[in-house]
Amino acid sequence: MRKALGIVVVAALAAAAAGWVLTAPNRLPDARFSGMTGDPAAGERVFTAAGCASCHHAPDASDDEKLVLSGGQRFVSEFGTFVAPNISPDPEHGIGTWGLSNFANAVMRGVSPSGRHLYPAFPYTAYAHMRDTDVVDLWAYLLTLPASQVPSEPHEVAFPFNIRRGVGAWKLLYMSDGWVLDDVPDAQLERGRYLVEALAHCGECHTPRDGLGGLDTSAWLSGAPNPNGTGTIPGLTPDRLDWDAGAIAYYLESGFTPDYDSAGGHMVAVVESFAKLDAADREAVAAYLKALPAGGDMD
Amino acid sequence: MTRLLTAATALSLGLAGAAMAQDYADQMKARQGQFRILAINLGTLGDMAQGKTEYDAEAAQAAADTLVAVSMIHQPPLWPEGSSTAEMDGTRAKPEIWTDWEDFASKWAGLGEAAGAMQTAAGEGLDAIRPAMGELGGACKACHDSYRAPRN
Repeated sequence: MRKALGIVVVAALAAAAAGWVLTAPNRLPDARFSGMTGDPAAGERVFTAAGCASCHHAPDASDDEKLVLSGGQRFVSEFGTFVAPNISPDPEHGIGTWGLSNFANAVMRGVSPSGRHLYPAFPYTAYAHMRDTDVVDLWAYLLTLPASQVPSEPHEVAFPFNIRRGVGAWKLLYMSDGWVLDDVPDAQLERGRYLVEALAHCGECHTPRDGLGGLDTSAWLSGAPNPNGTGTIPGLTPDRLDWDAGAIAYYLESGFTPDYDSAGGHMVAVVESFAKLDAADREAVAAYLKALPAGGDMD
Repeated sequence: MTRLLTAATALSLGLAGAAMAQDYADQMKARQGQFRILAINLGTLGDMAQGKTEYDAEAAQAAADTLVAVSMIHQPPLWPEGSSTAEMDGTRAKPEIWTDWEDFASKWAGLGEAAGAMQTAAGEGLDAIRPAMGELGGACKACHDSYRAPRN
């Protein structure tokens, strides 16, 4: 009896230890970015496609103020309210002193410079697929933006979601190195996949989430309830969005739907970004969406 | 008994709310109608800009003139307080319109400016229409960004 109990205790300790190890923040190898230098001009395109400003500019910013990444926009969810932090180059309140390696770990692994898990309101599950050169260029560009001394506000997240180790377990379930759409037979589809699945992180709003807040990739881009309250985020799969590829590309350029209604809500920021990219990028996104299976069922 | 009373009270309050909302159905239909007129005329211009229909200077000018005409409709009577998504069904007008009325009004003025630019551009050919179309899209988005709720 005592022996059996001992085995149970040892097993429980082993499981706990394994869990502790598995949920630990997983940093990229420090050497991965050594010797690389970024091109700020190329980084600006990455910045635009990734929509960084949309969430990190001040709540009421307009026009050029949107390049001051002082944070403060609030994102309400069923797990709590997340407040976008200051990611301007300010050395005290922003991320100016981080250095490339820390920045890459935040973007691609969701790990802070102090080694804590970041909340996945920051779409690092998408950015994990970014090319190294794009991350390096993005970092070079961010350092050219104006510094802001507005302090970051704490997230308003209650127990148990305030236990950051829980985010480690969440990452084990939902972070993947693989693409959702496996088969991309040509360069345009590959570019479209990179824009949709990695940079523009479309799935964050257009894909439904399960009870733990992970994306349900068996219903990829098939539409979802609006995370910020009322209404529905529309589905983008061919059975849900019957626009032709030209209409999708024009929407991303102008904000006009085929019947000349216009984009609203957060899509306004997304369209503003896509309008700045090359026409080929908008066409690539359209081609990718048209290549999705009905209902986003990837199985 | 108490429960019955509560239910009856809730029901009557609900009916009262619905009755009050009914009062603004005309205003709601009128403002939605003006957006519909905008969309139809934007369609004329946008289809030309996209090369879906052939450029026709006269039709383009008529469409642009109509956009300007709609932009001149006096707005306040169409947006009575109490006609937002919080009080009425069938509308996507967010309550923020009334808490930020001045900003909302400036967004409508922005539509007027963009429509005016299209009025100048419409007769000058496709190269002039395309950027004017972009400006109109910007004016629509600028307002829908904050003041229109998503579709249900």
